[in-house]
Amino acid sequence: MSNSNDNNQALFDAGVKEYSAAGRYYYDIGFKPTDTQVLAAFRITPQEGVSFEEAAAAVAAESSFSTWTTVWSDYLVDAARYCARTYEMKPVPGHNDQMMAYIAYPLDLFEEGSMPNLMSSIVGNVFGFKPLRALRLEDIYFPPALLKTFQGPPHGIQVERDKLDKYGRPLLGATMKPKLGLSAKNYGRLVYEALRGGLDFTKDDENITSQPFMRWRDRFEFVMDAVKQAEAETGERKGHYLNVTAGDMEEMYRRAELARELGSRIIMVDYLVAGFTAFASLSKWCRANGMLLHAHRAMHSVMDRQQNHGVHWRVLAKWCRIVGADHLHNGTVVGKLEGDRASTIGINEMMRATDVAKVEDCPGHHFDQPWLSMPAMFPVASGGIHVWHMPELVSIFGDEVILQFGGGTVGHPWGSAAGATANRVALEAVVQARNEGRNLLAEGTDILKSAARHSEELHAAMETWKGITFEYESVDALEK
Amino acid sequence: MKTETFSYLPAFTGEQVEKQIAYFLANECVIGIEYSSKPGPTLAFWDWWKLPLFKMRIVNEIMAEIEACKAAHPRSCVRITGYDNARQAQVMSFVVHNPM
Repeated sequence: MSNSNDNNQALFDAGVKEYSAAGRYYYDIGFKPTDTQVLAAFRITPQEGVSFEEAAAAVAAESSFSTWTTVWSDYLVDAARYCARTYEMKPVPGHNDQMMAYIAYPLDLFEEGSMPNLMSSIVGNVFGFKPLRALRLEDIYFPPALLKTFQGPPHGIQVERDKLDKYGRPLLGATMKPKLGLSAKNYGRLVYEALRGGLDFTKDDENITSQPFMRWRDRFEFVMDAVKQAEAETGERKGHYLNVTAGDMEEMYRRAELARELGSRIIMVDYLVAGFTAFASLSKWCRANGMLLHAHRAMHSVMDRQQNHGVHWRVLAKWCRIVGADHLHNGTVVGKLEGDRASTIGINEMMRATDVAKVEDCPGHHFDQPWLSMPAMFPVASGGIHVWHMPELVSIFGDEVILQFGGGTVGHPWGSAAGATANRVALEAVVQARNEGRNLLAEGTDILKSAARHSEELHAAMETWKGITFEYESVDALEK
Repeated sequence: MKTETFSYLPAFTGEQVEKQIAYFLANECVIGIEYSSKPGPTLAFWDWWKLPLFKMRIVNEIMAEIEACKAAHPRSCVRITGYDNARQAQVMSFVVHNPM
């Protein structure tokens, strides 16, 4: 085939241009984002020799319109309409090699109601881009026009409270331990003991699905026997998060449907490892079937633990609310798992805000997020907590939280029923004291000790875990 | 049988109930009173004593209504509820009298 360009002249402005070059849109400080644009805050660490301007422009370009070289087909579209623009840069205190770049994305870059589509742009190939040493998405703002294309939590905090008939206090749960190896009937026994002792919820571990020692159908049947028996005995509504995470979507639906048929109020999914498409499908199934959805965040630390690279947990949590879970694990602040205190509190507020989650109420956030009445999501505080932590937990989290004491329930010297009762007594005593105007942090020990005078279970728990704390510096703390 | 919030603590004295009511009034709640002779996990709605006490903002007046409800239904459980019209929902419920 011959080339009809006999003079071999360039027919368009070919070659590689700097992303931040004048006349391109990617570095446009002072640009005012419109009401419909998605905003992202990126922590940028350029390679040596790359300017912050060029690095920020490259992020805007590679996560929106551009590829590395100009192409003739650029001239067939209106680039101004699709280019993301870096509109502001801020220094990062204490890190001279980093800057925070604020980038605005036109709404038309994204498909309605598709988190995977948005993620493929904003946290897609750009994270491996060579001019950057590291890149971290710190926060993201969803404009109302895009937010309203998502369902959000299937029910939300208020509907869940009404369904469960539980008001004016945090909910109490526990993860069943050991994680692996229990037979279905032994497992059902564990659930029964914890629920009859006074917990509202018990939970499958994130890596319990359908292993050879306990197939899912057997577990579901014995667990639901346990839930119903505990409800009949205590007179209270109970639930167990049946983990329906499976190798394919068809199998997840099969498990969810049996959970519904057996009368379960709630199911559970590992939303990050299942993926956002599977998670969204299950969330919609839950709303259609009146089932609560508990989301576990297994794998999040792979993406969110390093301060200079990845996706901050507050973004993964916001995506979870937008796609839709009723519960999501967040840090405990006081227990064994990672989570800077201020950052954890900020994310709780973001998850629970019903109107606008404001930056001043959400430490670490970069954008106010209007929620437009999208249902709120219960944060779940789980991991390494026990009765002694109760005053501080209630003081930090307030009522809209699920406190999960796994080891702190099953590890009670008299067994799980006594462990559950100890936690429930401690919780109710602390809530009573708070409502009476007492200072939980100053008087916490007195409040617990006086409650233990009426509860042998609580007394034994306090003896068992006296002085057990987990105090390490967080790897990723907010900059002061 | 347990009855949800505060049912794992010893029964509240009158003074302790008053403090809880004062807390909910201070938080802009409207207090309601409900009773049931057959409470349990399957019963969604208990019987209302009158309507939620929309006009009552004084603890003693609410305590008098609780006593009147108990006198009229001595064999029933009696609980107080809190409604928050900003959150447009029920936000509190606990049993103040349990003869069962």
